[in-house]
Amino acid sequence: MSKITVKVGVASCGVAAGAMEVFELLEQNRKTGAGFRLMRTACIGMCFEEPIVELSGGKLGNISLGKVLPEDILNNIEEYRQGKMPTANVILTEKHEGSRDSLLGEQTRIVLKNCGVIDPTSIDDYEAHGGYTALKKVMKMSPEKVIEIIKDSGLRGRGGAGFPTGLKWSFAAQAKGAKKYVICNADEGDPGAFMDRSTLEGDPHNVIEGMIIGAYAMGADEGYVYCRAEYPMAVKHLKLAIADAQRKGYLGRSILGTNFYFTLHIKEGAGAFVCGEETALIQSIEGKRGMPVIRPPFPAESGLWGCPTNINNVETWANITWIINHGAEEFKKIGTQESPGTKVFALAGKIAGSGLIEVPMGISLRDIIYKVGGGMKSEKPFKAVQMGGPSGGCIPASLLDTTVDYDSINATGAIMGSGGMVVMDSSTCMVDVARFFLNFTQNESCGKCTFCRIGTRRMLEILTRITKGQGAMEDIQKLRDLAANITKGSLCGLGQTAPNPVLTTLRYFEDEYLAHIQDKRCPAKVCAPLLKYEIIPDHCIGCTACARVCPVSCISGKVKEIHLINQDQCIHCGACYSACKFNAISKG
Amino acid sequence: MEKDFSQLDTIIQAYQTKPGILIPLLQEVQNLLGYLSKDAMRYIADKMQVPAADIYGVATFYSMFKLKPQGKHIVRVCKGTACHVSDADEIKDALKSALRLQGDEDTTMDMKFTLVEVACLGCCSLAPVIMIDDTTFGKLTPELIPGILQRYAFGDEQ
Repeated sequence: MSKITVKVGVASCGVAAGAMEVFELLEQNRKTGAGFRLMRTACIGMCFEEPIVELSGGKLGNISLGKVLPEDILNNIEEYRQGKMPTANVILTEKHEGSRDSLLGEQTRIVLKNCGVIDPTSIDDYEAHGGYTALKKVMKMSPEKVIEIIKDSGLRGRGGAGFPTGLKWSFAAQAKGAKKYVICNADEGDPGAFMDRSTLEGDPHNVIEGMIIGAYAMGADEGYVYCRAEYPMAVKHLKLAIADAQRKGYLGRSILGTNFYFTLHIKEGAGAFVCGEETALIQSIEGKRGMPVIRPPFPAESGLWGCPTNINNVETWANITWIINHGAEEFKKIGTQESPGTKVFALAGKIAGSGLIEVPMGISLRDIIYKVGGGMKSEKPFKAVQMGGPSGGCIPASLLDTTVDYDSINATGAIMGSGGMVVMDSSTCMVDVARFFLNFTQNESCGKCTFCRIGTRRMLEILTRITKGQGAMEDIQKLRDLAANITKGSLCGLGQTAPNPVLTTLRYFEDEYLAHIQDKRCPAKVCAPLLKYEIIPDHCIGCTACARVCPVSCISGKVKEIHLINQDQCIHCGACYSACKFNAISKG
Repeated sequence: MEKDFSQLDTIIQAYQTKPGILIPLLQEVQNLLGYLSKDAMRYIADKMQVPAADIYGVATFYSMFKLKPQGKHIVRVCKGTACHVSDADEIKDALKSALRLQGDEDTTMDMKFTLVEVACLGCCSLAPVIMIDDTTFGKLTPELIPGILQRYAFGDEQ
């Protein structure tokens, strides 16, 4: 009888959903001779179904179970062993009969090809899945040839701006200097984005192999992965992967028996969003305050410790091995002419299938949300999708047919960004969202440029005023003027793009701003000071629950009598609304 | 009397010869002392022969560095976009009331908990999310908060 393999997804999101309980239970049972092979893997991307367990080696082939409970899993394995479809939440099967198979249909996996498939802590498993073959291939080529392939592939930087990667590499390669560096930017600070975390947790060797290839092409002998310290598992997997790669001769002296030498270090970030900007990141590696510096000189000429330096983000590096293995032509067949390849997105917010997806460029936003993402989470209608985090913008329903490529997304006023995609429904207030992002950029502004430091503060003050119902009509023009000046007067991307969330919401949702300013009303019922709570007499049974929780005692009424809220004293806290079990309080 | 920081000497020595060491060095000192006091920063500056302002500048720039004593357990409440649109504010209010923190207070009187806001924990599909020490809790409602905190309040009295 062939042995069954049980794979448990134990990346950060799986663990948070309880995957470790499942794994530990299976581990105990395996030891007592339950007769299956137990493996750990990372995130397959369907975070909303975590914990996920994959079963293979039985008659039914590979199947995946979602939202697995420790009390059921042993029965499920037994059913599978007997060739029966487990009485569980089957999400994926080989015959595409699972409840979630359709979500994978539109996806193309280049960057995430191994995520949720291999054991990220095992270099042997990576090699068994074709790992380090690209490096072996590259070592037989000239460095120029490698750069030519990357140039031909049309790969554009996945960090957000979309600069052609091959061209960037050629600058660093041509720069004069005995010592050069390559850096992987894993300082994923965008709230609402977790592509890099999942990639590093799930397939660290793929990123490392990409970096070794880049170092060879550009003539660098030392590299850094600058990783957010908030991602402890990513850091752990990277450290292990680097040690294993060294042991196997892929890193260190005389790589694969040649005279090519390359070492790789991890630098943990210390919590500063601006360090995602490449010049600030270099300052931070040098142990200084992470403040951007004027370019030129560009890092390719004078970067880390004054040496030519090339910085790419995690996803860009993760594309390299596939391009080398399959060739530039194959890569160009995916995606669009101007933006070849795929893009990884982190879907979150009010969407049913939140998680990590990889789709070919050129797909429409509508397909991402309704096909790959499984549509909205509740019956509330779609309102907007936020792309690009604090530097991006909100794209409304009327533009859902926009295709995903650098140029089309930029035309909407949002940016492709690194891949955060937060879906919003009618219960999201767009003015509040704009204020939320401004609050973020205001906190994270390094303070070097006046307009970014003070301008964002003034914008935040205005937005806060509007959400409190104290806005004036001239505030809208003030926001536009400040936005224009901040964009012009800031040195780095953080400041230049900080007004985008405000500009796009003003462009597509001006009516919501006007409702807040003129009617003192929040259409999405989010901004607390603008909400009015009233008791619906027909529903109230006089249970006194609301009166008891009211912190300012402004609800009057006796037992079994209809209660009344004194509007002059109400502080709009919503405690009564949450306490009422009879839907007898209206919010509006 | 000046506090004795000689226990930091080995850390400082270990880093002395490497370039770009300040951030990891401060991280290690913080791991040892729990936070970076002004005296500790002055001591490091003296030993490394750099201006204390350089050390202070770096320590205040990065959110990871704490300039005040921290509670035994760090409770991180995620304020990322996905959590924000999933009512993370209510989770924060529930944490504050369960921990009896008023106004801008972030650490409980008994030094057991420190509450901090973080930009994003990267578990957006489980929003709203909090992280206590290294453990992440997702799909939260305000009602779940007291029970979660209870697990940490007991069992560490020793």
